[in-house]
Amino acid sequence: MALHCENIDIRMDDFRLTANWRIETGARVAIIGPSGAGKSTLLMALAGFILPSAGHILWNGQDVTRMPPADRPMTTLFQDQNLFPHLSLTQNLGLGISPRLRLRKDDHSRINAALDRVGLGGMGARKPASLSGGQQGRAALARALLRDKPVLMLDEPFAALGPALKTEMLGQVADVADTTGATVLMVTHDPADARRLCGQTILLAEGVAHPPQDTIPLLDHPPPALRAYLG
Amino acid sequence: MAGRAFALTVGAAIVALTLGTLALVGLRAEGGWSTDYSALRFTVVQAALSALISVGAAIPVARALARRRFRGRGALVALLGAPFLLPVIVAVLGLLAVFGRSGVLNQLTGLAGLPRIDIYGLHGVVLAHVFLNMPLAVRLILQGWLAIPAERFRLAQSLGLGPRGIFRHLERPMLQEVLPGLTALIFVICLTSFAVALTLGGGPAATTVELAIYQALRFQFDLGRAASLSALQFGLCAMAVLLALRLSAPGGFGRGLDRVVDIAPAGWRRGSDTLVLVLAALFLIVPLGAVALRGAPILVDLPAGVWWAAARSVLVACGSSVLVTGAALALALTPGRWVDLVAMLPLAASSLVMGTGLFIGLYPLVAPEAVALPVTLMVNAVLALPFAFRILRPAATTLTSDYGVLAQSLGLRGVARLRWLTWPRLRAPLGFAAGVSAALSMGDLGVIALFAAPDRPTLPLMVQQLLGAYRMDQAAGAALLLVLLSFGLFALLDWGGRRGSAL
Repeated sequence: MALHCENIDIRMDDFRLTANWRIETGARVAIIGPSGAGKSTLLMALAGFILPSAGHILWNGQDVTRMPPADRPMTTLFQDQNLFPHLSLTQNLGLGISPRLRLRKDDHSRINAALDRVGLGGMGARKPASLSGGQQGRAALARALLRDKPVLMLDEPFAALGPALKTEMLGQVADVADTTGATVLMVTHDPADARRLCGQTILLAEGVAHPPQDTIPLLDHPPPALRAYLG
Repeated sequence: MAGRAFALTVGAAIVALTLGTLALVGLRAEGGWSTDYSALRFTVVQAALSALISVGAAIPVARALARRRFRGRGALVALLGAPFLLPVIVAVLGLLAVFGRSGVLNQLTGLAGLPRIDIYGLHGVVLAHVFLNMPLAVRLILQGWLAIPAERFRLAQSLGLGPRGIFRHLERPMLQEVLPGLTALIFVICLTSFAVALTLGGGPAATTVELAIYQALRFQFDLGRAASLSALQFGLCAMAVLLALRLSAPGGFGRGLDRVVDIAPAGWRRGSDTLVLVLAALFLIVPLGAVALRGAPILVDLPAGVWWAAARSVLVACGSSVLVTGAALALALTPGRWVDLVAMLPLAASSLVMGTGLFIGLYPLVAPEAVALPVTLMVNAVLALPFAFRILRPAATTLTSDYGVLAQSLGLRGVARLRWLTWPRLRAPLGFAAGVSAALSMGDLGVIALFAAPDRPTLPLMVQQLLGAYRMDQAAGAALLLVLLSFGLFALLDWGGRRGSAL
């Protein structure tokens, strides 16, 4: 049971990124590295928006390299634009259950339960614009909960939030992952986020996504490339 | 992907309707090809004059609008948006009421003992083109003025630059950027002019290529001549369109012209601005007012034939609008340079040739009169496509870049994507595009002139027939009805799109 990047090679113009490692199911993995190193690019490749020039992405031995994004065993929280502004929260969450928004009665109770779960109980009829940034993040998280995919990927989704709110959101992510047993991959530029996630870290530097290592020892005794980034 | 396949189908249909119909007409050509140099010369000369005069007259009007704040400014700016959607035949009727043989102007010159003014010929054609295109030019130049950042004007003031300095350092660079593309755009629009040349031109000395095509088809039944003229027309327009694209013709459908540049020189410039604005407003309002005044009393007792013609026109306009909006949306949502090129193709095509090609293709199957309306609908749709596409393209691109990834990650596709993402996000530009297409189709006087059964005209053709029979009161009444229906359709669709799209 694992997510396996097998000799992945991503090339775009003069940008290049290679990755060759596996992540065990249930792991919490932070992806850190300098900006421009390709953190988001790696995540987009795993999510199915960028096709690697070579290599395979395997989930439990099944090749998902060319699978359409929505069919993959993954769900993603993007940096922004996680919610459609013209749809209510209920509809936004409903898309996680049925992309055609054909919702039955028990689907509505699942949506309400998910909203309750992230502290947005009773706000299903509201539009995203009437929510704070933190509430929007939680609504997106609630949809991830409903999609119930084995891998939860986050692309710096809370970067715009203040420190306290961010800590709270990371707590919620851990909470959701505990419930669903999901494997978590999170892009961040903040080493403190990696520590808080309490798992492993993939370091991106000089065109290579290094295999995951335990976060605490890695940050306490950083290799030269990481030291240069941490400063 | 289904969307891409649909866009490819639409693209293929446009190529078939523009280039394919030209080929069909060409294949039927017997008796060889001939070139009509006098028509070519007249077409280019009138288009060039129309473009230069429209733009030249628009500059002072745009400047006055940019820097003066007055009551009714919003209404004047809105009025400037109208001629683009105004049925050409109505504009012609209005100009005849003012500049025609028994028009207001000739009555005045008659009183003063001056010679009569004759509106027919080159100057009449140019006058009508200026009437129709100068307002568009004003709006686009005004956009250029308002796009100059306010800080720049403040900087100029703090440096103590006078009106001359401001012109040299702020306004002239802006004009140099806007004017070439704008002039080329109006030049292209005037190249394919048919209805104006049909009513105000004519005779060997004042025949556009498009009018010559009409005459070749209608009176001489000479497909070869029509085909060679069409090829000429296509080449001419294609070159002009490419030129306009190179000069980056401005968008043309911007809203938000309600800002005023905060620099308003006093002195004689205030007087000249006022004069310019009054003249421009009179130039637009008087001809239209003349039609309205003359037509209003007749409106209630128009003959039944006019109402039937109106019903036919509304039907064609609605059908055409649905067709264009769907096709333009499919193209607008598809990335790629080829899409932009294909969507521009109809600008270079002749509507008469398109119609003729369709008839040649359909002739073995059905009688021409039976398909006059469907063919008109189809041709109108193709002609309106470049405009609908340019309205939708920016919004569609933004939609894809903002929400494409999210929609894909959720598996939102096909009909569900149209219903839950595309329609709610694009309904305002969709309504606007549908309204523009409907109004353009409603007012079109092209193919229908060639093929309509005599007793089953559309409303613009009816107006032209009444005008030709010198039944001026009824013509004015029918023209007023035409204007009301055109703008009514536009306003209804535009409003329908914007309603509830406040996000």
